[in-house]
Amino acid sequence: MNAYVGTPTSRVDGRAKVTGAAKYAGEFPADGLVHGFIVEATIPRGRIARLDTSAALKVNGVLDVLTHANRPPLAGNDEAWKDEVAPEKGSPFRPLYDDTIKFSGQPIALVVAEDWETAKFAATLVRVEYKPSSFATDLEGERSSAAEMDKPLKPRGNAAAALARAAVRHEADYVIPTEHHNPMELFATTAVWDGGGKLTVYDKTQGVQNVHKFLCAVFGKKPDDIRVVSPYVGGAFGSGLRPQHQVVLATLAALALKRSVRVVLTRQQMYGLGYRPMTIERVGLGAKSDGTLDAVTHEAIAITSRYEDFARNDTGWAEQLYKSPNSRFSHKLVHLDVATPCDMRAPGAASGVCALECAMDELAVALKLDPIELRLNCYSDRDQSENLPYTSKQLRECYARGAEAFGWSRRNPAPRSMHDNHELVGWGMATGVWEALQMPVAVRIALTSNGHAEVSCAASDIGTGTYTVVAQVAADALGLPIENISVRLADSTLPQAPVEGGSWMAASSAHAVLAAAEEVRKELLSLAGKMPGSPLANAELADTVLIDGNIAGISDHSRAVSIADAMRHGNIERIAKEKLNHFDEDKKHARNTHSAVFAEVKIDEQLGVIRVTRIVSAVAAGRILNTKTGRSQIMGGVVWGIGMALHEETVMDHRFGRIMNANIAEYHIPVNADVHDIDVIFVDEPDAHINKLGVKGLGEIGIVGVPAAIANAVYHATGKRIRRFPITLDKLLG
Amino acid sequence: MNNFQYSRATDVTDAIRLLAANPGARLIAGGTNLIDLMKENVERPSRLIDISRLPLRKFEETADGGLRIGALVPNSDLAYHPLIEQRYPLLASAILAGASAQLRNMASVGGNLMQRTRCAYFYDTATPCNKRNPGSGCSALDGLNRNHAILGTSASCIATNPSDMSVALAALNALVHIAGPAGERVIALTDFHRLPGDAPHVDTNLGAGEIITAIELPSRGFAQNYSYLKIRDRLSYAFALISVAAALDLNGNAIREARLALGGVAHKPWRSLEAEAALRGKAATPDHFSHAADLLLQGATARAHNGFKIELARRAIVRTLTQAADATPQSQSHKKIA
Repeated sequence: MNAYVGTPTSRVDGRAKVTGAAKYAGEFPADGLVHGFIVEATIPRGRIARLDTSAALKVNGVLDVLTHANRPPLAGNDEAWKDEVAPEKGSPFRPLYDDTIKFSGQPIALVVAEDWETAKFAATLVRVEYKPSSFATDLEGERSSAAEMDKPLKPRGNAAAALARAAVRHEADYVIPTEHHNPMELFATTAVWDGGGKLTVYDKTQGVQNVHKFLCAVFGKKPDDIRVVSPYVGGAFGSGLRPQHQVVLATLAALALKRSVRVVLTRQQMYGLGYRPMTIERVGLGAKSDGTLDAVTHEAIAITSRYEDFARNDTGWAEQLYKSPNSRFSHKLVHLDVATPCDMRAPGAASGVCALECAMDELAVALKLDPIELRLNCYSDRDQSENLPYTSKQLRECYARGAEAFGWSRRNPAPRSMHDNHELVGWGMATGVWEALQMPVAVRIALTSNGHAEVSCAASDIGTGTYTVVAQVAADALGLPIENISVRLADSTLPQAPVEGGSWMAASSAHAVLAAAEEVRKELLSLAGKMPGSPLANAELADTVLIDGNIAGISDHSRAVSIADAMRHGNIERIAKEKLNHFDEDKKHARNTHSAVFAEVKIDEQLGVIRVTRIVSAVAAGRILNTKTGRSQIMGGVVWGIGMALHEETVMDHRFGRIMNANIAEYHIPVNADVHDIDVIFVDEPDAHINKLGVKGLGEIGIVGVPAAIANAVYHATGKRIRRFPITLDKLLG
Repeated sequence: MNNFQYSRATDVTDAIRLLAANPGARLIAGGTNLIDLMKENVERPSRLIDISRLPLRKFEETADGGLRIGALVPNSDLAYHPLIEQRYPLLASAILAGASAQLRNMASVGGNLMQRTRCAYFYDTATPCNKRNPGSGCSALDGLNRNHAILGTSASCIATNPSDMSVALAALNALVHIAGPAGERVIALTDFHRLPGDAPHVDTNLGAGEIITAIELPSRGFAQNYSYLKIRDRLSYAFALISVAAALDLNGNAIREARLALGGVAHKPWRSLEAEAALRGKAATPDHFSHAADLLLQGATARAHNGFKIELARRAIVRTLTQAADATPQSQSHKKIA
């Protein structure tokens, strides 16, 4: 039954969020709670020569200052510090482990005091002397040291030769700066001392079980000693995939002091965490005179730290998306004296597809082709990299529906040809692509005879709507009103779930709910079948359905027994079933979501001021579980795409190796005035292969393609190609 | 943030006495800038003297037809006051171009004049900055200086004043009323802020123990022909790359008087009497505006990243004067530039 799936159901946790009933990691109370404040390194590389905490310790209310010199034991092997999302290669950062400085902003001491203000004040009294080493933080300056990743993607044909002979060729560097996530909620941990070395850790994280396993390994604890809870997360976007400094430091301090400890980062300190790494994306496209692609090359050069190889798939999108007999891809890293980057919404794709889609626009101009026509010329119904058909791919329909809604046919292709008073008008478009991943997830359903069900799972809801889609799927699968479903998430003691990321959680948790609900139905059928004169006496499980509070025949709902009757008859108050859902391995299909993004910009001709006046995003992502929260997801991605195109840039002074705009006033993201009409279209994309519900996930696809569509619109408006993001007005003057 | 003492001043005399008795003390009203600076350990006052309850919130008409505004009037009350909206819309517009509604509700008129630069090096205590730590050097000169000054700079400092309100006040020939240990005095707003010279740590000409009690607007408000145009890196809630306050007194298309002030370009709101004089008696045409822009920008110099500001300022001046002449002032709510 689909009373809820596919409908614009409002968030089930909406009321708790707007009334303040929803508690976040830094808000959980505890008896005798004390507060930690982090002291950070101000140089990017070297050693701590001297760390004098005496003045801080003298402050009334200060309990301790933890440093590498006096901390309790921490694991000494890399394996313990490698969480489930850690890069394969490298040695993860260990806060307060030793005297080594690896990046500016690195925590080097934790002041613990009775209140946060005292801790913050005392932190200013900690005196640090360094033995600095020479360092490098500038990707462009160190470009020549870029080294190929271990496993470069397999080339196809001879791209160099094809590029050389191309009738029309385009090659350029696109530079995407480092960007920071800036979720609204600050990273925070409240480590509650439960006595006897046991802790309940309230943490801002995208994966409680990842943090749980990590803390047990780092602190040598047994699984029962630590419980990690994170019921609400105020945005994370990838920054909460790996356990962060503050959870280690709060736990460390709680164990040292045998007291409950809270550590909340400041906004400025959030810039010491992970980020989208700056990349130089070199794209080469070669076309035949008939307007088809003959060669695609894409080389990405990205920042990583000196201690871990963080790399994401920037270049594979070009490989799979467009038909081209010759292609070559490589991903190179430059090791710098910075913190390790991390995933940020559509990691790899947001940057790589931005470059690819700007390059496609430039090629279309060179070929005198409409940019949609060029994309249709090399449209592929098969994933080019694996030569596999897709479970579904309605990208063609995205182009058509998006173009129609946008009014693309009225576009004059000549740059600077469209005006609105002082403003030049530009229309641009781009393709978006992301993966449709799915992971094993377990769900427990506890159904009580009054027709209420509790659905529980360790998965996080990072604001994406997991509570809501789990409730929707459960309500439909159990045949109950959604008000009768309560959902518990993000407690490490609940059934297994991976980190919430990669756009996989909606599909993964939904199918785990279906699997657990089937177990419940099995039990109900067994009870109902045993009732005297039962209309379901000989029914097979596959022939039954839960609907309107009954278990009923799938084709004849009047053959029914109420859940209440079945349980009463069986003398059972509660049916609790847990099921781990695995997806069947399918190596015969590629699984992706796609989008076509159309952007209108208006640019003051003399002053360069840019307004993004319209965006149409047509998305093909299988079946949409919730059209309301789904639309919000895409809108959020589009807004972020506006920021990526026009605003976002982490600025570093390489003389100091320090981030110089580490705050939300100077690190610009779009404000309301920068956001105008956003039209989200969900293209119908039935998918019989990917999973039972035909669900793909929407977390990342919304941002992919948006920066390129805007950059292409800026070109159309002004005739200027800006290949260094963000596109600020100074780049348009002159 | 450091530990500090706290006193609440009972009246202006008490505030002056407390200031004189406590070197290292700072006055606090709305605190919208000072608290941020304290959190960053840039300001480390020994004592905060809370003046927020002093009776400095009045609007008084002056004998010569002007308006005297108490130093503690919140920025939003000032921007939305009917007398300001009617007689000094340039000032209302400049205030509404700045900050956010929440900040404008807290920020006082006097505090707005006292806000400090947004230079990133000034904020980062791990880097040298002559303004924060005299003699330590200027990191912006050869560092990241895209937002920095192009006029009135020195070898010690290229920081800008971030205020929008002050730019309009400068154009309107506003006066600053000051009380101090030696009594009361009045100075022109254009003399209130300093150029950095070799003492960039001194932002203003306010003396030791002195307190701003009011600003005064002369009678001429240029309510017919004015505009405030602010160019920034996003459409709201960002400091100016360039801002222009323009006010014209027109007789038909002939300029009787022109006022022109720039923000985002210098350590203080930037005016040029020469540029304004050049417009006097001339027709309100783009050519004349362009000539005035050249005069106003005379001597502008750029560092590595802020060269664009010179041409941007030139174009913005012409546009703002055009808006003023056409009586189509820039709206601060509709971001399209008229």
